[in-house]
Amino acid sequence: MTSIDYSEKIPNNVDLAGDRTLQRALEQWQPNFLNWWSDMGPDGSQNFDVYLRTAVSVEPGGWAHFDHVKMPDYRWGIFLAPAETDRRIHFGEHLGEPAWQDVPGEHRANLRRIIVTQGDTEPASVEQQRHLGLTCPSQYDLRNLFQVNVEEGRHLWAMVYLLHRYFGRDGREEAEELLQRRSGDTDNPRILGAFNEKTPDWLAFFMFTYFTDRDGKFQLCALAESGFDPLARTTKFMLTEEAHHMFVGESGVARILQRTCEIMKQQATDDPARIRAAGAIDLPTIQRYLNFHFSVTVDLFGADQSSNAAIFYNAGLKGRFEEGKRADDHRLRDAQYDILEAVDGRLAERAAPMQNALNEVLRDDYIKDSVSGIGRWNKVMEKAGIATRLTVPHKAFNRKIGTLASTRVSPDGRVVSEADWAEHEREWLATPEDRAFVASLMGRVVEPGRFANWIAPPSIGINKQPIDFQYVRFN
Amino acid sequence: MKADVAPTEVIRQHLIDPEICIRCNTCEETCPVHAISHDGRNYVVDAAICEGCNACISPCPTGSIDNWRQVSLTKVYTLDEQFAWDVLPVQEDLGVDAAAEIPQEIARITADASAGQGGAAPPPWSAAHPYVNLHTQALPAIATVTGNYALTAEDASSDIRHIVLDFGATAFPVLEGQTIGIVPPGTDAQGRPHFVRLYSVASPREGERPRYNNVALTVKRVTADHAGQAVKGVASNYLCDLSKGDAVKIVGPFGTSFLMPNHPGSSLLMICTGTGSAPMRAMTERRRRRIAQKEGGELMLFFGARAPEELPYFGPLLKLPRDFIDINFAFSRVPGQPKHYVQDLIRRRGDDVARLLRDDQCYIYVCGLRGMEEGVAEAFRDLCREHAMDWDALLPELRSKGRYHLETY
Repeated sequence: MTSIDYSEKIPNNVDLAGDRTLQRALEQWQPNFLNWWSDMGPDGSQNFDVYLRTAVSVEPGGWAHFDHVKMPDYRWGIFLAPAETDRRIHFGEHLGEPAWQDVPGEHRANLRRIIVTQGDTEPASVEQQRHLGLTCPSQYDLRNLFQVNVEEGRHLWAMVYLLHRYFGRDGREEAEELLQRRSGDTDNPRILGAFNEKTPDWLAFFMFTYFTDRDGKFQLCALAESGFDPLARTTKFMLTEEAHHMFVGESGVARILQRTCEIMKQQATDDPARIRAAGAIDLPTIQRYLNFHFSVTVDLFGADQSSNAAIFYNAGLKGRFEEGKRADDHRLRDAQYDILEAVDGRLAERAAPMQNALNEVLRDDYIKDSVSGIGRWNKVMEKAGIATRLTVPHKAFNRKIGTLASTRVSPDGRVVSEADWAEHEREWLATPEDRAFVASLMGRVVEPGRFANWIAPPSIGINKQPIDFQYVRFN
Repeated sequence: MKADVAPTEVIRQHLIDPEICIRCNTCEETCPVHAISHDGRNYVVDAAICEGCNACISPCPTGSIDNWRQVSLTKVYTLDEQFAWDVLPVQEDLGVDAAAEIPQEIARITADASAGQGGAAPPPWSAAHPYVNLHTQALPAIATVTGNYALTAEDASSDIRHIVLDFGATAFPVLEGQTIGIVPPGTDAQGRPHFVRLYSVASPREGERPRYNNVALTVKRVTADHAGQAVKGVASNYLCDLSKGDAVKIVGPFGTSFLMPNHPGSSLLMICTGTGSAPMRAMTERRRRRIAQKEGGELMLFFGARAPEELPYFGPLLKLPRDFIDINFAFSRVPGQPKHYVQDLIRRRGDDVARLLRDDQCYIYVCGLRGMEEGVAEAFRDLCREHAMDWDALLPELRSKGRYHLETY
């Protein structure tokens, strides 16, 4: 079944009406979700009509239906990608066996943990971004922020459905807790570190959607390979929505760069102070933000050697990125993979069993994908005739997780002393002064077609609408 | 570079804007026919595969997917060109207005039919200027049936017909090798209008009946699909059942590549099966009517069918003088005789075929069922090897000189 039944209280394509118990459980969770949205969702936005994209079916023609809706009325629901007939597990010990339609008892705890960890990031990012609407650089950007927010909310629904449907009482309790934890709360924080960081300004937001949502993409891609078919199908559909988030990040940073380049040319200078005085964000500041968000996100992939990663893979719970497209034995019993470590003050590669290094494999795939987008950002400077280029810091830079956590490494990959680090940290990572300056630029611009001084307009509008379209009606 | 081609047949080519695309892979994942692919740099659309179904348009988060350029059908942007782009090329001025653009569906059928020749080919340098797309689906030409004759025997296993259509006072100039589109009346099971079906004209440019405004088609009644399953072809049954005086909606003409050379001394090597004989019949008829001009050049024909009774124009062909055309029939279902296919005869006539392949004045045409492609290519490959040539190197050369044209269905 692929059509979505919108006559139901909870839109879905999983025949929710056919399972009364589950339907009742989710209908009890729904008001709690809406309470959470009203408490922790975008600040002061409840009555806005926002030009949002809503899925009306999971077929390509149906999942991008655009209309003005009030966000609390957004039809959050449960959408799974169409089932493949006779799908089989294609990696790990169960390779070749039919994919599971139910949770195998022995993998119950691990699957629950995977789903809860993924699910926790979704409301966390909404919480992190809840004040950004007050400082939006344009209506267009405000609409994009809200689109990201409602889709993160829907991703929470996706994970909660799995918890309720397949994990009984434990699942229902976990689903409740997903609404209890709060990003940055010292007593009851979100599970992963990066999701307790602040997203204080729009440069941070764009960097977050570029880097951190891309981590989401890679995690979802790995889960879309899962032998647990409902998880594979739900993450597959989430991926189609995730692409929008990365678009917001990539184009957002590109537009900031474009504006900075314009100012640099107008002022004929590359002096950060003069660029700041002209109301734009200087390139070194953007580079320091990039270094921060990249390194924090790279940590999200976990320790470089992990027995959990090996267990998840062997059990068929979580594959590699594009597992199905790789030409190896998909069991990896004897495969090796190079991981980085610091030996005698230098970084060196050492071969480790690939099964244990699967976090590193996913991290490296992620880095490759991130780097190519930064290449496209550099095209903005190239086109403007500005010589400066953004660079991706070394993957050992500023790590807090894994074997490299105890080693200080510069962005260009040199192991440095604690003193060197202290001396240069302000050149490498965004400083409180940088953040204060960026925050000082953040003023609310909401007239249709107008943009804050520090960011260029996009080249095209959403859904082919003009740039000055009324993307948000404030009522 | 793209504007210098004439004659021009223009299509809307689907392209992705590399400046806006974020390489999220959604389109590639979505495309039902796998027309979209990528390298480390760009996502690209293969014009020969894309059916213009637009399934990729709304899932794209960026809008980069929704880009189109009018291009000449013989100069579509290749994948390699698209892979190298940093920005989309600007729309070239093709000297045609937007209304003259070839409908996506026609472009796709045409691209698919000539896919077997391995790339776009220009027409022969001496081809006449073709008119294309004069009549559109919104404003089709109306032709009147002036004849509908069986070409196959009553007891033959297939029903092939020679249908003559008269355009009256409506201009419908068409060259040998061009196609016209038939719009069957009514709607399909889903209530949508039927797709246009393309047919090669079987008559020469001045008409089946010279100096009258008419064309002939060779139509086989379709009663089974490629897999042999019983199916009633909508357009072919409609055409085969037409009576004298009936009105038919026609669009087109189409085709700027599969055209015959006009210069004296040019030769034609023609290979066809079944109704693939239509363009060969048109070209042969054009030459036959000009025999008195003594323009020179050879005609060599390889023609395959199941049996003589099923071979369209068998009788008239036999009456043509031997020194005008060198005819080679291959029959695959004659009781008591071994099966012969066109490729067997091409091998048997290897010396003569090789001579024509080497002759820059010889233009080669292949038309018929999809299944013949491979056999013909193998035969060419073999005889090239025997005659110290390399088919795989020769083919692109033939194509670039406008000397090799293939249409299969």
